[in-house]
Amino acid sequence: MVDALQGFLQGLFGSVFPLVWTLLKIVLIIAPLLLAVAYLTFWERKIIGWMQVRIGPNRVGPWGLIQPIADGLKLLLKEVVIPTGCDKSVFLIAPMFAFAPALAAWAVIPFNDTLVLANVNASLLYIMSITSIGVYGIILSGWASNSKYAFLGGMRSAAQMISYEVAMGLALVVVLMVSNSLNLGDIVRGQGQGYFADKGLGFLSWNWLPLLPMFVVYLVSIVAETNRAPFDLAEGESEIVGFHVEYSGMAFAVFFLAEYANMILVSTLTSILFLGGWLSPVGFLPDGILWLLLKVSAVLFVFLWVRATFPRYRYDQVMRLGWKVFIPLCLIWLVVVGCWMMSPLNIWK
Amino acid sequence: MEFKTFVFYFLSAILVVAGLRVITSRNPVHAALFLVLAFFTASGIWMLLQAEFLAIALVLIYVGAVMVLFLFVVMMLDINLDRLREGFWSYLPLGSIIALLMVAEMVLVLGGNYHGLLETDVPQTGADHSNVQAVGRLLFTHYVYPFELASVILLVGIVAAVALTQRERRQSKAVSPSQQVFVKAKDRYRVLQMPAEKKD
Repeated sequence: MVDALQGFLQGLFGSVFPLVWTLLKIVLIIAPLLLAVAYLTFWERKIIGWMQVRIGPNRVGPWGLIQPIADGLKLLLKEVVIPTGCDKSVFLIAPMFAFAPALAAWAVIPFNDTLVLANVNASLLYIMSITSIGVYGIILSGWASNSKYAFLGGMRSAAQMISYEVAMGLALVVVLMVSNSLNLGDIVRGQGQGYFADKGLGFLSWNWLPLLPMFVVYLVSIVAETNRAPFDLAEGESEIVGFHVEYSGMAFAVFFLAEYANMILVSTLTSILFLGGWLSPVGFLPDGILWLLLKVSAVLFVFLWVRATFPRYRYDQVMRLGWKVFIPLCLIWLVVVGCWMMSPLNIWK
Repeated sequence: MEFKTFVFYFLSAILVVAGLRVITSRNPVHAALFLVLAFFTASGIWMLLQAEFLAIALVLIYVGAVMVLFLFVVMMLDINLDRLREGFWSYLPLGSIIALLMVAEMVLVLGGNYHGLLETDVPQTGADHSNVQAVGRLLFTHYVYPFELASVILLVGIVAAVALTQRERRQSKAVSPSQQVFVKAKDRYRVLQMPAEKKD
């Protein structure tokens, strides 16, 4: 069927066909992603509701399922207030800076053995560099709002994101050391081999077990990196204002979408780097994209679970955890894994 | 015109305009943002040269880390633009001599292909060739001593920065978070057992 469609489009567009084909694939990735972002907000409200013995949204549509669409329409129809004395162009560019990297990073995410938009060698590096641009949205929105609170909030979250990027990067270095590749597809394929994978217990061969400390560091760092509870110092609803206080309507909604799109992105990365991507956990079940979606949902659930469970960290404690605990831990584990790989006990051959 | 050539000229035009705006824009934050654009475009041009590791590292390091900290500083500073512009005309002759020198040097180096300075052409490799692996292998074998030296110099920079900020005694009172997180409930309070009083 795909071949037939490909042939039809080739006849229709002629020489610009590759461009059209790529655009089609981009739409096929982005559209479900945006839908997932919308329903992640719904899912979050439902789960937090259940954890707090409430019902959660249940009025709009059957079981409240149309709630995220109603919310989106409401934000779309609201006025985007532009404060006096703000830097208008930077004020409007900032949300784009926050959202665009979360979408651009999907270009290299492999969904299964063959399904990937751009199979590039340095895909892990690409993801690291693209996601590091997201911090501009925060720092620029804080500055351009011409408000003390927004500025302080922007500084706070930008410093937090940069600090945890270091720990995340070091954890990734360990992963790429053991996989001997920067290609996300190869990293997943590397996890499908080993003693346990041969015995049909694939989930014990994935990176999370031999690199357990790095897995924990990464899992905590991504929560801090996406500014989510208990590290949500960017915007703690009840007590602290953040970089987007001056934003309203769709401009605010873009920041909101960016946060959730980033959550989905880092959950996918966790699944690919530590949880075996599309690989099936046991030998008798086939590999496939469904496993990846399942793992992503599980990591996303952890995000929501953590948010409903833990009290908020204080800012100096957040910084201490990043710089004084995670970074030394990563550096030590880097050396440990290096020695392990050089020793006869190396399991990553 | 080949598509690659078109992309090159497109990126170069953006790069030149962004570079000019870095020095002409009145607002220092805008200037820093144009510098970000310039870095990003330059990385695109490097990508055309198949130097994907350098291109991505440029974005990762300069755009993702250095310029963010730069923006931090620029935003915090109270910059008086009029005072910055004061000595513009008196510095102009010296500045233009330096600019001319730089242009001449760049013409010599970048025009190396034209003057026949380059001994070999830039090698063209297939898409399956891993640039990162090649750079890494060279860094840790052939150039290991220069590489280690560079890292030691960077380390000195880090230590110096920390030492500069820690030179004076801290005046403000603050509780160390590392002591706080290890506090146990029994360090802070005692539960006393009081016998209930008997009724007469």
